[in-house]
Parts: sequence; C-alpha cells; structure tokens
Amino acid sequence: MTRARSLAVAIAAIAAAAAVSGCGEKDQVIVYQQGKYQGKTDTRPADNEPGGSLYTTSKWTKGDKGSWEAAIRSRNQNQNEYTRAN
Amino acid sequence: MARMKFICDTERCIECNGCVTACKQENEVPWGVNRRRVVTLNDGVPGERSISVACMHCSDAPCMAVCPVDCFYKTEEGVVLHDKDMCIGCGYCFYACPFGAPQFPQAGAFGMRGKMDKCTFCAGGPEKDNSKEEFAKYGSNRLAQGKLPACAEMCSTKALLGGDGDVVADIFRNRAMKRGKGAEVWGWGTAYGKPDQQQAPKGAKP
Repeated sequence: MTRARSLAVAIAAIAAAAAVSGCGEKDQVIVYQQGKYQGKTDTRPADNEPGGSLYTTSKWTKGDKGSWEAAIRSRNQNQNEYTRAN
Repeated sequence: MARMKFICDTERCIECNGCVTACKQENEVPWGVNRRRVVTLNDGVPGERSISVACMHCSDAPCMAVCPVDCFYKTEEGVVLHDKDMCIGCGYCFYACPFGAPQFPQAGAFGMRGKMDKCTFCAGGPEKDNSKEEFAKYGSNRLAQGKLPACAEMCSTKALLGGDGDVVADIFRNRAMKRGKGAEVWGWGTAYGKPDQQQAPKGAKP
C-alpha cells in the first residue's frame, strides 16, 4: 500500500514537472557569437568603418567598441544645451 | 557598456511632431505606419502634457517573450530589433507591448496585416549595415554611422533625449536641478494624478 502510494506520488511529480516544462522565459542575455545575436545575423555598430556615410562627425577605431561608445557619448552631449549655451 | 534609452521631458515637449516627421523622413516609413507618436494628456486643458512615444527598447521586452517565431533579438547596446524575414505578422507583439510600438502596414481594402515594423533606435536590422536591403526593410542605421536616432537629434526643444542611458539620465538630472523641479515629472503622480487629488470614477459606489 505504502509502495503504491509512493509510486503514485512519484508519477504525479513527474507529470507535474513535464506539464510545466513548456513554461518559461526565453533567455534574453545578450550574447554576440559568430556574428549573430540569438541566432540572427547582425553587425555591431563599432565594426563599421567610421566615416562610411555622409555627414558623420563621430570618429572611432573600427572594431573597437570602447572608442565607438566614447564617440556616441560625446555626440550625446549635443543634446545637452547646458553645455552648448552656457 | 552603452545602454540605449529614450526619455521625453514632458515639461519641454510642445507637441510639434518634429520627432515623428524626422523618423518618417529618416527611415522612409510607409503611410499608415508610425514608429513614433506624440501623445497628449488632458489635451486643451491648462497644464496639458505631451510625450513622444516609440519602442522603449525594454530590458525585459514582452514582445520578445511572446513572439511565436522568435524573430526578435537584442543587441549589446540594448536595442530590441527583429528579423522581418522571420516575422509572420501575427500581431502578438502588438498585444504584448504596453506602448503600442509594433506597427503593421495595411494594404488592401480589408487592411491585411503585413510584417511588423517598429522603431529600431535607428539601428537597422539583420541585413548588412547601411546596405540598400537594410534600408528598405528597417530604415536607416545611424548607430553604425556614429550617430544617434534622428528623432532625438532633431528635437527642437530637446524634450526627447536618446542615447546612452547614463548620459541621457545625467542630462535630464542636470536640467531638472537647474530649473528647480523635475523629480516629480516622472512617476505615479504624473501618470495617475496625485494621491490626495484622486477622484473616484463616476458612478462608483462609495
């Protein structure tokens, strides 16, 4: 009797685990591997040649993410009129 | 790491729709699709407030979570993008998005839904950066050109700020301190009214 009960409990636990295994969230951790984000091909902005388009003022070293971020931060200050006007 | 974000200063937004126009022009967005919109609360009432709304590039994006074909992805800069070649135009993302960001081009008399289109933070999409194909599907890729979104850069009153979240937050904080107010601009009180002035809806039982 005890054995049958423990078997029933085990089966119920397995069934519950199987039932909720479909629930969950997709991993949103950003990993850029082999030119892909979560399986979708894309190029990182820093991997582009600076000055590749017209009217670009930002300068960075191709492939250097840090220098691209610095260029973007510097350009961001154009939206801060307190540094422009005062 | 840069984390791209938008913020709209409701004290400054004058509902000129310059951001909407800039977005349309920069990305050649088709008729009927509005990647960015200006929403006005209490329109016509003294003290009305306007806010420019587009995709907020959520950290835990509900559109990504509900997409049945998993066409979304997030870049290292925190920009939520999607692959139009995978999109089936089901509209789940539209139902999931709290901001109404996903847009669907309408064609034909009965408004057949096409593939989803939304703000890309001017970061293009999966195609080769700044290629004709990328522009045709996703619009301009200004980040790859070392620029920031056209809407924020074109904003005449600088109400709409866009860029690295840390920098944008610093600009806004500095502005709020200079003018002596602003901390109250964002939060529950602005969205839903001050707690001491809340009124029960008409017809509600006491």
